Amino acid sequence: MSMAPPSADERVGARSALRRLLARPELGAAAGAAAVWLFFAAVAGDSGFLSAAGTVTYLEVAAELGILAVAVAMLMIGGEFDLSVGSLIGASGMLLTVLAAEYEWPLGAALLAVAAFAVATGLLNGYLVVRTGLPSFIVTLATLFVFRGATIGLTRVATGRTQVGRLADVPGYAAANAVFAAEFPLGGVGVPVSIMWWLALAALATWVLRRTPFGNWIYGAGGDASAARNVGVPVHRVKVTLFVLTALAAALVGVIQAVTYGGADVLRGELREFHAIIVVVVGGTLLSGGYGTAAGAVFGALIFGMVRQGIVFSGVDADWFQVFLGAMLLAAVLVNNWVRRRATLAR
Amino acid sequence: MIAPLIAAEGLGKYFGHVIALRDVSLAVRAGEVLALLGDNGAGKSTLIKCLSGVHRPDEGELRVDGKRVRFASPRDALAHGIATVYQDLAMIPLLSVARNFFLGNEPVVGWGPFRRFDAAAADRVTREELARMGIDVRDTSEPVGTLSGGERQSVAIARAVYFGARVLILDEPTSALGVREAGVVLRYIARARTRGVGVVFITHNVHHAYPVADRFTILDRGRSRGTFARDEISREELLTLMAGGKELDALGHELARRSPVASPPAS
Repeated sequence: MSMAPPSADERVGARSALRRLLARPELGAAAGAAAVWLFFAAVAGDSGFLSAAGTVTYLEVAAELGILAVAVAMLMIGGEFDLSVGSLIGASGMLLTVLAAEYEWPLGAALLAVAAFAVATGLLNGYLVVRTGLPSFIVTLATLFVFRGATIGLTRVATGRTQVGRLADVPGYAAANAVFAAEFPLGGVGVPVSIMWWLALAALATWVLRRTPFGNWIYGAGGDASAARNVGVPVHRVKVTLFVLTALAAALVGVIQAVTYGGADVLRGELREFHAIIVVVVGGTLLSGGYGTAAGAVFGALIFGMVRQGIVFSGVDADWFQVFLGAMLLAAVLVNNWVRRRATLAR
Repeated sequence: MIAPLIAAEGLGKYFGHVIALRDVSLAVRAGEVLALLGDNGAGKSTLIKCLSGVHRPDEGELRVDGKRVRFASPRDALAHGIATVYQDLAMIPLLSVARNFFLGNEPVVGWGPFRRFDAAAADRVTREELARMGIDVRDTSEPVGTLSGGERQSVAIARAVYFGARVLILDEPTSALGVREAGVVLRYIARARTRGVGVVFITHNVHHAYPVADRFTILDRGRSRGTFARDEISREELLTLMAGGKELDALGHELARRSPVASPPAS
C-alpha cells in the first residue's frame, strides 16, 4: 500500500483549522488548568505554590487521581461507568498488605495476587454489565458496596483490625518502593514516581485511542453500540476489556498508596470513583460516551490537584474545595454540551 | 443466462400464529435495482431480515449465485457479499467520517506492538471512495454528525460498496429525508448500480422508487402481489396496487368534502 500523504482539499482552510481546535474535547480543561494556575500563582505565589516543591505536591495529588482517571476516561468513552473503583483501591491495598505483612507471602506473589484480583473484579463488572444489559451505573454502584463491605469484613476476620501496617518491614519492600513509591531527585526536589506512572499511562491511552483499531472500537462502542455491532465491532469484548483495564488502574493506585504509606486502610479510595468521573467530565468526555480524550482527563486531574493544594497554600479553609469541585463539574458539563453541539451541528 | 446475485423462492416466515411472510419470491441481478414496496406491516422488514441473515426463513430457500445458502448470521450474509444499510443504525455521529468508514475494518501499518491504525490511508481511501460515488465531503476528519441525513446514508452506501458488497439492501434509506436529500440518495443508488451492484431498495414511497428502480415487487400483508418491470406499470398503478392506494383515494374524497365545513372560522 502506498504511503502518499492525503491529498489536501484546498477548501479546508484556516477557519476549519480553528474550528477543529475548538472541537478538541480537552481544550476547555486545558484552558481551565491554565486559568487555575494563574489564579493561584497570583493568590498563593509567595506562599510556595510556584516553588518546585509546591509544584510537586499538586502534581502528586493529580497523579494519584490521574492514573485512575485515564482508565475511567477510556471506559466512559466506551459508554460505561465504573463506580466500584473507589472500593477497589481500598481492597487492592489491603489485599497486598495482608498477604505480604500478615500471611508473609513473598511480595512479588502478593503483587501478582492483587493483579489477578483486579482482573477478576474487572471481568465480574464487565460481564455483569454486558450479560444483564443493566446500566453500568447500577451494576457498579452495587459492586462498590459489595467490594467495600467485603474488604472491611474480611480484613477484620483475618486480622481483627481495619488498618494493617508493617508493609515496609517485609523482604523485597525496597524493590517495590523503587517501582511504586520512590522519589527521584529533579531540580533539587524529590519527584514521586507516581507522576511518571500517570504521564506514561496517559501517553499509552492516547496511543490506544487515537492510533489503534481497538481505540476506534472504543469510540464506536460508546457512540452507538448497535451501529458498531452492525459493522462488526465486538462491542461486548471491548467493554469487558475496558472494565478490566479500569480495575487494574484502581489496583495500581491501591498498591502505590500501600507501598508509599507502608500499610493499608480499608477505607482508602473513598469517593475516588466520583472524583475520577468529575475530572474525566471536566476533561471534555461526554457522560453518554463516544467522545473524549485521555489528555482531557490529564488536564482534569491537574486542575483537581492544583485546586486542592492551592487552597492549602492560599490559607483558605480546605472545606471549600468540595464546593469548587461541584461548581466546576456543573460548569464543565454546560461547556461540553455547547462544544458538542458546535462540533456536530456546525453547518 | 447468469444466475441472479441473490434469489428468494417461496419464502415463508411465521412468528407463532402470525404469518409474517408467505410464498414470496424475488431475484436481483448485477447492476439492477429492485424496489420492494409495501405499506407498514406488509412484511418488508421481515423479508430483508431473511435476506440479510437476521432471521432464518421457515419455508422456501435463498440462492446466492444460483447456489442454495442458509445464512447463520448477518456476518455470514456479509461474507456472501450481501450488505444491509439500516436507516438509523448506519453511522456513529461523533466519530469522524474516515473513522466511521473503516470502523470494524481498520487498515493497519507496522508490526507487533507498533501495529497501528493507518489514519493517512483511511483518510485517502475514504476521500477516493466518496469521490467515486460522487459524494463531496470537504473534510473526512469532521464528525459524521455534521453531515446531513442524506449524506450519511450515502457514506454508508459507499462504505458497503467499498467493502465488497455485491448486493446492497437499503432499508428505507429515503424515508426520513426531505425531497432534495432523498434525491441525493437516489443518485447514489443509481451510481452503485452502474458499478455493477445489485440493489434491493425497500421503501413505502412509490415516488422515490419509481425513478431509480428497474423492477418493483409489491408486498401486501406478507404476500407478494407480483413483480413488474418499469415499462409494464405506471406510477399510479403501483400506488393503487399497494394496499393504501384505493383507501387513500377514498380518504382524499372524504377529506375534500369535509374540510370546508371542518375548518375553523377566520377571525
